[in-house]
Amino acid sequence: MKDFTILIGGKAGDGIDRASVIIGQILSHLGYYVYIHRDYPSLIRGGHTFSIIRASENKVSAHRDEIDILIALNLETLNLHRKNLKEKCFYIYDAEQIKFEDQVCGIGIPINSILKEENAPDLMRNSCLIGAFCKTSGIEWEIVEKTLGMTIPKHLELNLKIAKRGFDTSRQLLKIEKINREPLPLLTGNEAIGLGLIMAGLDAYAGYPMTPSSGLLHFLASVAPEFNLKVIHAENEISVIMMALGFAYAGKKAAVGTSGGGFCLMNEGLSLSGMAELPVVIVLGQRTGPSTGLPTYTGQTELFYAIHAGHGEFSRLVVAPGDCEQAFYWSALALALAWKYQIPAIILSDKTLAESLYSFDFEKASKVNLPKIIMWENGDSYKRYLNTKNGISPLSFVPKYSAVIKVNSYEHDEYGITTEEPETTKLMQEKRLRKSQFLLDEIEKNYECVKIYGNVESEIAVLCWGSNVPVCIESATRLGLKVIQPVIIHPFPLRQLEYAMIGVKELVLVECNATGQMAELIKHHRFTVKTKILKYNGRPFSVNDLEQLLQVVIDEYIKP
Amino acid sequence: MSTLNLNTYAKNTWCIGCGNFAILNAIRLVITELIKEGTPAENFVLVSGIGCHAKIVDYINLNSFYSLHGRVIPVATAIKIADPSLKVIGFSGDGDSYGEGLEHLLFAAKRNIDITMIIHNNRVYGLTTGQFTPTSPSGYKGRSTPYGNKEKPFNPLELMLASNASFVARGFSHGIDLLKKIFKEAILHKGFSLIDVLQVCVTFYNMYEYYDKRVYVMENHNETDFDQAMKKAKEWDYNSDTKIPLGIFYRKKEITFEDSFQTGIISETIDRKQKIYEHLMKKNL
Repeated sequence: MKDFTILIGGKAGDGIDRASVIIGQILSHLGYYVYIHRDYPSLIRGGHTFSIIRASENKVSAHRDEIDILIALNLETLNLHRKNLKEKCFYIYDAEQIKFEDQVCGIGIPINSILKEENAPDLMRNSCLIGAFCKTSGIEWEIVEKTLGMTIPKHLELNLKIAKRGFDTSRQLLKIEKINREPLPLLTGNEAIGLGLIMAGLDAYAGYPMTPSSGLLHFLASVAPEFNLKVIHAENEISVIMMALGFAYAGKKAAVGTSGGGFCLMNEGLSLSGMAELPVVIVLGQRTGPSTGLPTYTGQTELFYAIHAGHGEFSRLVVAPGDCEQAFYWSALALALAWKYQIPAIILSDKTLAESLYSFDFEKASKVNLPKIIMWENGDSYKRYLNTKNGISPLSFVPKYSAVIKVNSYEHDEYGITTEEPETTKLMQEKRLRKSQFLLDEIEKNYECVKIYGNVESEIAVLCWGSNVPVCIESATRLGLKVIQPVIIHPFPLRQLEYAMIGVKELVLVECNATGQMAELIKHHRFTVKTKILKYNGRPFSVNDLEQLLQVVIDEYIKP
Repeated sequence: MSTLNLNTYAKNTWCIGCGNFAILNAIRLVITELIKEGTPAENFVLVSGIGCHAKIVDYINLNSFYSLHGRVIPVATAIKIADPSLKVIGFSGDGDSYGEGLEHLLFAAKRNIDITMIIHNNRVYGLTTGQFTPTSPSGYKGRSTPYGNKEKPFNPLELMLASNASFVARGFSHGIDLLKKIFKEAILHKGFSLIDVLQVCVTFYNMYEYYDKRVYVMENHNETDFDQAMKKAKEWDYNSDTKIPLGIFYRKKEITFEDSFQTGIISETIDRKQKIYEHLMKKNL
């Protein structure tokens, strides 16, 4: 098997998530590229939770529906996913939950009995199944031991014992071959964003828990000592963004993370960032809205919101990375550009990108040229808002001998003192907006803001952004189509889109929302989307899903 | 800061007789003293919210952050964490910190972040023309409560004491000697300090005569005794016509929030890429 899918399911609280990560790490160790999609409801115990682990000899960052190996902790898992089982599917299941007699393809493990005999808590059920999975798949015990040793912080001995019982109770049904390739680390999109920010010099992070961005807060809090970060879990999102602006004033590069509801609370601070020209990076993890919506499921409904949030008119940057490497690369760049232009930068993520696990290619992701901050060199009396040609005023930070540094939410003069003079108001508004044009020129000149993939000759092109990009690339490439991904959403890289559109006669939009926001956005630039493939039930597209839908488009197109 | 000139060219637009002048004059004198005593002028950062009080940062030639309504504290908190050597002084109104930004105030006290909060408590919204605030008395008639305020005020000192504030004081904007004394003590206090200043709005709620009759400076008060501080704080509930004690109610020593952040080893000279690489390698088998 060179490209296969494992589904592991049970009820929330069974440790499905951790088990899937460990299996992913084992497969990664065997040389496979891994992608893990997680599906879990918004509750702590009960309900159906599952993870889809895809392993391939090629880089994959999207899931497929057909299941090669099913690991079921309860009957519900088998029933719910039965329709997706391949004809030759292997089963590893809890024999005390599921009565199932297939000696050729199935291994039932009496998990509760084993736990009871070893006097182990219920939590360790997943260790038992990991052991069973490895034996079934012909994976050596040493690898299980090593992986558990690295990933299990508590009660390792007992976990190993339980895993070994699972291992010994099973027998080999198939062989997952080792691939001769250096393993890549597995990262969530949140972790990749965090590391990208660190690469660009992150000093501080403030957050308030909200799915799907809580993982970023957890990750940065855990690595705070390692990277000397100041990480604060604040009282609410208003405080979160205001703290970030306080950090920026003192010269500390800060980021914040949230989802739609929290971002609503941040909007006043976002507007202040624009007015006071204090850089901030906002990681906006989208989920299914509106309002509380489906907190643990995905969506791409905040494209317009990210571009238009906040009162007043000011420059900003909005980027929408599509996978783990892009998340790292563009997060680093977003932070550096935010600081060069002294503007807010929004990293548009979503539940799929934020919480899925990807094999992360650091070499590729870290090849990024970061622009430099424009600093004030001692001279005449310091003007925080010096009106320059490109609108960028040289920065200085407190405490600075001989400089009085004043920032202001009111309209202000070059020194930062409040003004209501019409002439100054006009000049300062123009100064702030001018940065946007210089920013656009710089990014269009130096970076690939609109990426092109697949068959570049194709007259049909798939337009997509964010976490939908990998699934679109995989599906469209197989069908011989072109793929166009705007990574920079704002300011809009029109020249690069125009180039990407050369030769395209039919544009198909693939988006996880109900209205097709990207189609509306490019309509402003006179590009027309012919067909919209939209999904808004909280679940991401699978490769199979999308291939079928795109095939229909192709069939229509070639119809005489 | 080469010469010590704390004035700016900004035109002062407070009303004649406004209580804010006393606060401005007192803080200017205190900061001048502290600079003379060795604190570099560039180490002061003033943060204000929105309201008449907030204009104070335009009138003082020092580093400043003119923030949003209710949002003085998170900004001041982060500046202090960013560089604990800074002296961060927040100016806020009663609408600002007792209304719009109350949650931040409670958390600042809870965390004991070493910032000084001076509340210009005129018990009325001045800049938006005379509405009632969280500390206006019941029955107060303003444009949003033309038939009288139906709520009771809360007592900010009691609230601050209950929230673990490590320095709580009350001043009055008639005269500057007491304000000077309290401000200086508060700025030198290591920890969160709150000064509720009964600051008179001459235009919308002129309380000079009322306060003059009732205020007194506490004597023989044990500032380190929490129970006594609470008792004193409860003496006046911002609603009844009793005597009003002024001075420092409470202070205690406690670890501050900014000191709880460890300083690590990353600096501009360290190769971040290499460090991230090492971090990633730990994830692999």
